[in-house]
Amino acid sequence: MNPLIECEDVWKIYRVGDMEVHALRGLSLTIEQGEFVAIMGSSGSGKSTLMNILGCLDQPTKGRYRLNGIEAGNLKPDQLAGIRNQQIGFVFQSFNLIPRTSALENAQLPLFYRGLSLKEQRAQAAAALGRVGLQGREHHYPTQLSGGQQQRVAIARALVTSPSLLLADEPTGNLDTQSSQEIMKILETLNRDEGITIILVTHEVDVAAFAAREIVIKDGQVLSDRVTKERPTAIPVGG
Amino acid sequence: MSAFVWLTILTALRILARNRMRAGLTMLGIVIGVAAVIAMVSIGEGAKRAVQAQIATMGTNVIVIFPGVTSASGVRGSQGSAMTLTVSDALDLKKRIPLLADTGWAKRDVMQIIYGNRNWNGPINGISPSYLTIRDWSFTSGGPFTQTDLESAARVALIGQTIVGNLFEPGEEPVGAVIRIKNVPFHVIGVLAPKGQSAQGADQDDVIFIPFSTAERKVFGTSFIGSVGAMFGSTDQVEDLPMAAEQIREVLRSRHRIQTEQEDDFTIRTQVDIGKVQEGTSETLTMMLFAIASVSLLVGGIGIMNILLVSVTERTREIGVRMAVGAKRRHIMMQFLIEAMTLSLVGGLLGIVLGVAGAKLTTLIAGWPTIISGNVILLAFSFSLVVGLFFGLYPANKAARLNPIEALRYE
Repeated sequence: MNPLIECEDVWKIYRVGDMEVHALRGLSLTIEQGEFVAIMGSSGSGKSTLMNILGCLDQPTKGRYRLNGIEAGNLKPDQLAGIRNQQIGFVFQSFNLIPRTSALENAQLPLFYRGLSLKEQRAQAAAALGRVGLQGREHHYPTQLSGGQQQRVAIARALVTSPSLLLADEPTGNLDTQSSQEIMKILETLNRDEGITIILVTHEVDVAAFAAREIVIKDGQVLSDRVTKERPTAIPVGG
Repeated sequence: MSAFVWLTILTALRILARNRMRAGLTMLGIVIGVAAVIAMVSIGEGAKRAVQAQIATMGTNVIVIFPGVTSASGVRGSQGSAMTLTVSDALDLKKRIPLLADTGWAKRDVMQIIYGNRNWNGPINGISPSYLTIRDWSFTSGGPFTQTDLESAARVALIGQTIVGNLFEPGEEPVGAVIRIKNVPFHVIGVLAPKGQSAQGADQDDVIFIPFSTAERKVFGTSFIGSVGAMFGSTDQVEDLPMAAEQIREVLRSRHRIQTEQEDDFTIRTQVDIGKVQEGTSETLTMMLFAIASVSLLVGGIGIMNILLVSVTERTREIGVRMAVGAKRRHIMMQFLIEAMTLSLVGGLLGIVLGVAGAKLTTLIAGWPTIISGNVILLAFSFSLVVGLFFGLYPANKAARLNPIEALRYE
């Protein structure tokens, strides 16, 4: 079976005016299905760039990135959008819910672009909200929910398409300790019980401690890569 | 796809409902533009129809021939002052021009009419019986006089509604009554059906018809027997009018022995000519209205574009999120285009309501006839749709071309 993520000698070079910024310098990385990986690194280390490439929001300047066997490096913007819709769920630091739109409709959003019928969209979104413990709050607006609850809506939105990869970029960065713990437990459960591959970007050690593998990025390269938790061999993603 | 479109329309409506003030102000240009088009075209159509109806009262396919002007040592008289047209001209025209279905003639003068102790000064028209059919006169009671009446110079009269109103008691039957014109007694044998105003605004019902011969011999005291005030002809087909007019000109020129370099001593007008003058006026008006409406719709469209550009900026992050969860360019594009079109369509609908109301109110208050045509409503509606589509394209394209990473990072 293919690894879920394969990065081979990935470079990302930005041009800012006359200056060239090397955000990634020949980074290589392999992540198997079912893993729970924390990516750490100081700001400017290139971890955000890496996340954008892994999430198919961006493409490498040089090198190869394969997601689930698909070469993402030479896809067109709309094809990347399709991959994001089919394979990837995003959880952001600032939740990024659509304002004045109910929890249910926020969770529906990815399905909206799949062209499912409204009925199916609603049913699947309601089920996803149930999985993150938000039953009964389907019709609440983001402003009526606490930070932790908002982040759970965002997780439901990421889950609703049954993605092969869940990317969480500082998911607890805007939350208090208790909410942070709740969110991390939900992610942990999703990984353990449903075998969803999770890549987590964080700079908090206690958040990173939930992951089973810790990759540290520095100057656009992998500085260290170690397994921090013994865990059963990866459970293949159902279906 | 259809679920997508429906949900996008619902979302657009919700966003509009949320920013009612802003949406309302944005739509104002479209509302005013569409309302102006509909109200003005309705009023214009109404006026045009009224003018056409007035022209139709002239009769069907009518040609009018006036005598030329007199000229005494270079001083010219008014039109029709010459006595160049005669009864024999009219008879000869009918004989020589097969296109003419009929010809008639008339001569008029304003005189005092007396009935009982009332009097009225009205135009007395001495006419040939054919004149009545050419000009489409019909009767509310009684009937026309005949060729025999003409030949015998009978003292019979046909009177219009205005004359009836001024000489007779309400409910009194004029037919059978004897009226006096210049002290000559006449039997009223017919009451004419009303025609209303002419295209020139004259009261066509203020009229008395008597046989031409009677008028000549017993009323007008004409010195030049046989001269007429005007001649009339009619054709069966409206298309024949210009040809018939040209033939009349040729016949009259040869009868009057006019040399090639000399001007006509008569003037020919067909019903089509008269209609054209009126149509020209209303066309100028229509063009002006369209210019005003176009400017208004243009301004409205720019308003929509402006507000959408603001909206795209405000919702950059939302666009980023949508792209992150898999929205393709066309999805984002559609979303903003649908928002633009919803704005312009709602504006268009409001404009239609306002325009129709405005037209009805004009009829109600000013009493002008208005005609609201479905075509104009359809046109205005599709125009507002096109405006929305056109002015929505730029903002929608701008939104669709956002880079998802930058959009997500936007504060």
